[in-house]
Parts: sequence; structure tokens; C-alpha cells
Amino acid sequence: MNVGIARIAIKLLISDKAKFFTLVLGVTFAVFLILQMTSLFIGILTRSTSNVLNVGAQVWIMDPTVESDRTIVPLPDYLLNAVRSIPGVLYAFPIYQGSGLVKLPNGAYQGVNIVGLDDTSLFGRPIILEGNIYDIYSEDAFIVVKDAEYKKLGSPKIGATFEINDHRGVIVGIARSVIPGLFGNPTLYTTYTRAIQYLPTTRFTISYILVTLKEPSFLEQVKREVSKIGYRAMSESEFVEMIKKYYMFKTGMGMNILMMTLVSFVVGTSIAGQTFYAFVLENLEKFGALKAIGATNGDLVKTIILQSSFVSFLGFGFGNLICSSYIAFAKMRIPNYAAIITYKNIFLTLLVVVLITTLSSYIGIRRVIRIEPFEVFRG
Amino acid sequence: MNLIVEASGLVKWFGEEAARTFALRGVDLWVSYGEMLYVVGPSGSGKTTLLSVISGILRPNEGWVRIKNVEIWKLNSSELAKFRLNNIGFVFQDYHLFPKLTALENVIIPLVLKNIPWEVAQERALHYLDIVGLKNRATLPPYKLSGGEQQRVAIARAIVSEPDLLVFDEPTASLDGETGKNIISFVRHNILNDKRAIIVVTHDTRIFDFAHRILHMEDGLIKNEVNHAS
Repeated sequence: MNVGIARIAIKLLISDKAKFFTLVLGVTFAVFLILQMTSLFIGILTRSTSNVLNVGAQVWIMDPTVESDRTIVPLPDYLLNAVRSIPGVLYAFPIYQGSGLVKLPNGAYQGVNIVGLDDTSLFGRPIILEGNIYDIYSEDAFIVVKDAEYKKLGSPKIGATFEINDHRGVIVGIARSVIPGLFGNPTLYTTYTRAIQYLPTTRFTISYILVTLKEPSFLEQVKREVSKIGYRAMSESEFVEMIKKYYMFKTGMGMNILMMTLVSFVVGTSIAGQTFYAFVLENLEKFGALKAIGATNGDLVKTIILQSSFVSFLGFGFGNLICSSYIAFAKMRIPNYAAIITYKNIFLTLLVVVLITTLSSYIGIRRVIRIEPFEVFRG
Repeated sequence: MNLIVEASGLVKWFGEEAARTFALRGVDLWVSYGEMLYVVGPSGSGKTTLLSVISGILRPNEGWVRIKNVEIWKLNSSELAKFRLNNIGFVFQDYHLFPKLTALENVIIPLVLKNIPWEVAQERALHYLDIVGLKNRATLPPYKLSGGEQQRVAIARAIVSEPDLLVFDEPTASLDGETGKNIISFVRHNILNDKRAIIVVTHDTRIFDFAHRILHMEDGLIKNEVNHAS
């Protein structure tokens, strides 16, 4: 497209300030809604995998019926030794993940997530903010995670005592997790032994076996060997994907967010499409005159595509700016707010904007291509 | 006689079967260089259809049109668009200027369609605005210009790509009598030359004096032809 046509096209577009503003606003609104919804979705999905990502194990071994980290099927103790004997396994440790009930000083009860770390290695330990990780071995010791849910335990300091499942507990350290949890419960870390002593357990007590491989290339071999003894081994990323799919397709969360994203798309496309169509209609006779003068359909199509792309580009930029500001502000006020903007959802939003642009352009282009220059003569 | 336009056996109808209406019933026509030809007649006589067929924007059902020895209806649509851009200038009844562009930008349009660099196009457009006496109004949008001035901008836009054939559709219909006469007088004396021809479709009898030749149309046929030796 030559620069002259581009200049004329942009001038035509921006000189009608009200329509131009409405067009940009329509796309901005659609981008904001779509980006916000998908950010929330990605944030929730990421939080749903916090139990896995915060531990940071290379390979997870579990019962083959496990669909997500919410359905823990305890593993027998002998499995730990069996896994340790598989070629390619550098080391393997058990981990306990469960829940307990803390009695608060005011007499109320608060559900908590309990993570029992292997006593010898403390594999999967959190990042310590206050205290010493080795104090976890002291009597009744628990380390509390200082996240958005921390206040629900009365913001306990080191040395604070509490009652958990009719046992005494002492806070010996304050930690932070890489990713906050999804379900709004505070998290307490202790040793594996103490966790299974304090909390009601089934006959088997290991939630997962965490494996580090000698080399990443041993993964497939370890998976096969674990499968032979009736269990399932998954890499961290595979486990994370499985959990995400569970939340997306088996909880209704995915469909709900998809519906809301669709609504935002329809709203954005309607506003942008209709305004753009009105803009084209207003100039239809002029486009007919241009055709008579000698503009080809190609020239006019390029003009319209440039105009709609320009609007979309601006709307995409403003939408991103407003949405990221909104999320940053919301996170300052609401620590639990889960939305995360990633390259993935920015790219997805860009695709949607391209779709809006294409649809809006298509409607206008159809009319412009159909206009006969003869109609200009006929008035 | 050096002809710029030749047309023969032009037939054009609209609608099909029972609804078919003939707008042209077999028109022959020629226009020579340096000539200002008027096509006149009552509404529905087929003059606008004839103008559209001659200028390559409405395909006839029968007959042929040759402009500068090119049989235009044998060209494909993009070749025809290019031919119009390079050889024919249009002045429409309602001017069809873009209201949000300046007079200068409106005149530049045919040049940018011809891929002429912006700066060159700007300079040339200013020159033609100067010819129509509107150089000092170049930066104004059409709605800030009078009807006569808008018509002059439309004329500048029509001649800026230096076409050999100009077609005017009811050029005085939106102007008062005096302004209309002034515009046509200006066109006749300043725009028309030996290397160019102008076809004007009009109802306006007040401007007939400026024509070299007048074709009277009725029911899709040329009923008579009058030479004005002015």
C-alpha cells in the first residue's frame, strides 16, 4: 500500500473524532474484558497447581486413578523402596499432603493445608522468611506460610502455639510459597512423621513419592517401570497439565470462563463492527466516487483494512494498558486476586482482536465492493 | 477530425424479462478533441446512462466504446479502473468530496491512486487548485467552502491527473444560476483545450451557450443534434 493512500485512509478515520473514539473504545473494551477474563482463568489454573509447583519435584509418583491434586489416593510404604530400586532414580522421598483443623484463640476453627516433608531430606521445603528450617524437627513444630490466608490463623508469630486436630502445635518459622493456593486455606509445613501422627490417616500414608532422576532422559524408563508395578509416574509439567485439564474440563470452570470470554468478544465485536460499518456506510458514496475515478477494489479494501487495523492496534494497546493497571491495582487491594497476564493470553487477545478487525473489515468491504460507481451518477 | 471518443450501437437495459427497461436503444456517438459536448434531455431519457457507459463505469449490453483508440469494454475491471484513472476525469453532481479532508487532500486522491509520491502530489494538487483559483483555500475542508468553490475543488480533482476526457454530470444542478454560468465559462475557457474533450450532461438551458454541440436525448435515443458555433 502506498503512503499516500495510507495517509488519506488514516486522515479519513481520525478526522471523525466521535466515531473514531467509539471505534477505539469498542476494541479497548473487548480487549480489556477478554484479557481480564483469560488472566483470571490462567491465574486460577496456576493456583490450582500450587501443591505441585511449590514442592518442585522432578517426577511425581501416584495412584493411576488420581485425576488431580484434590483426589489423593494414599500409596503403600513398600512402593517407596520399589521406586528407589528403579534404575535411573537418583533418590525418592515421600510427601504427605492433607488437611487439618486448627482451633483459633477465639474458639473458632480454621481448616488448614498440611504438608508433611520427608524427615531426612525435607524435600519440597518452602522459602523461609523468619526462623530456621531445621527447627521443624523440634517438638510440635510447624512452619506457617505467610500468604493471603495467613491472617486467618491470627497472623501467628514464631513461638505462637495453637491446637491442631487435638494436638499442640508451635510456630517455629514463617515461610512464603512461590504460588499461593486456590482454596483459601492457610498452609502449615511439618515433618512427614508428625503429619501422619497428628492427622487422621488411612492404612497407607504416603500421598506422593517425589523422585529426582539421575538424568532427565531416564523419565520414560522410570514411567514404564512404575507402570509395571501398577502405579503412575509423571513429570512435574505433565502433572501440572493434568490438574489444569481437570479444572478446565471437569469442574465447569473452563466453560464458565469461556462463556464470559465469548460474551466480551460479542460485545466488543458488536460495538467495533457496528461503528465501523456505520463509518463505511457514511462514506459509501465517496467510495463509489473513488471507484469511478479509478480506484480499484484492491485500493479500497486496503484502505478499509488499514483503518480497521489501526483502530484495533490502538484498542489492543489501550486494552492491555487498562487491564494490566486494573490487575496491578486489584492485587494491591485484594491479595487473593488470582489474575495473571501471560504471553499466552496476550497472544490469545491479539488473535481475538485480529478476528474483530477481520469481521469489522469484512462487513465494510462487502458493501464497498458491491457499490457500483454508476450509482454515484444516478445519485 | 481527430476523435477522442467513438461509440456505436450502444444498448443498455435494466431488469429482466417483463421488468426489462431500455435506457439506451442503440446510440452512436463521437466526440473530438477540443470539443465541449452537451447531452441534454428530460429525466429518464438515458443521458446519465450514456455518460456512464461512455466513461467506463457501466457496461452496455450491446455496442462498443472506443476512447483514444482503446475499446474500453474489452478491458478487464482493473485495467478499466486504471484506464479511467489515467484518461478520464469525473465531476459529479454532488461533487462527492470527502468532507473530513481538506480541499488539497481531496484533489490529491487521484494522484495517490496513481502511486505518485505524496510531496510531488501535494505540489501538483496545489498547482491545480491555483488554476481553479482556490490555492488560498487549500487547507479548508469542503464544508467551509461555498457551493461554487466546492465545484471548483471537484474540477481540480478531475483535472489533476491530466486526463484527456472530462465528464461532468449535472455540474450546475447544485449551484445558483450565476455561479453555474461562471463555473462552466471557466471550464470552457480555462480547462478545455485542443488536447482534451468535455462531455456535460445537463438540464440547465442557461449554460447551453458554452457548448460546441448539443445532443438531445429521448427514450434512450439521440433525437437531434445542434451545433453551437460559439
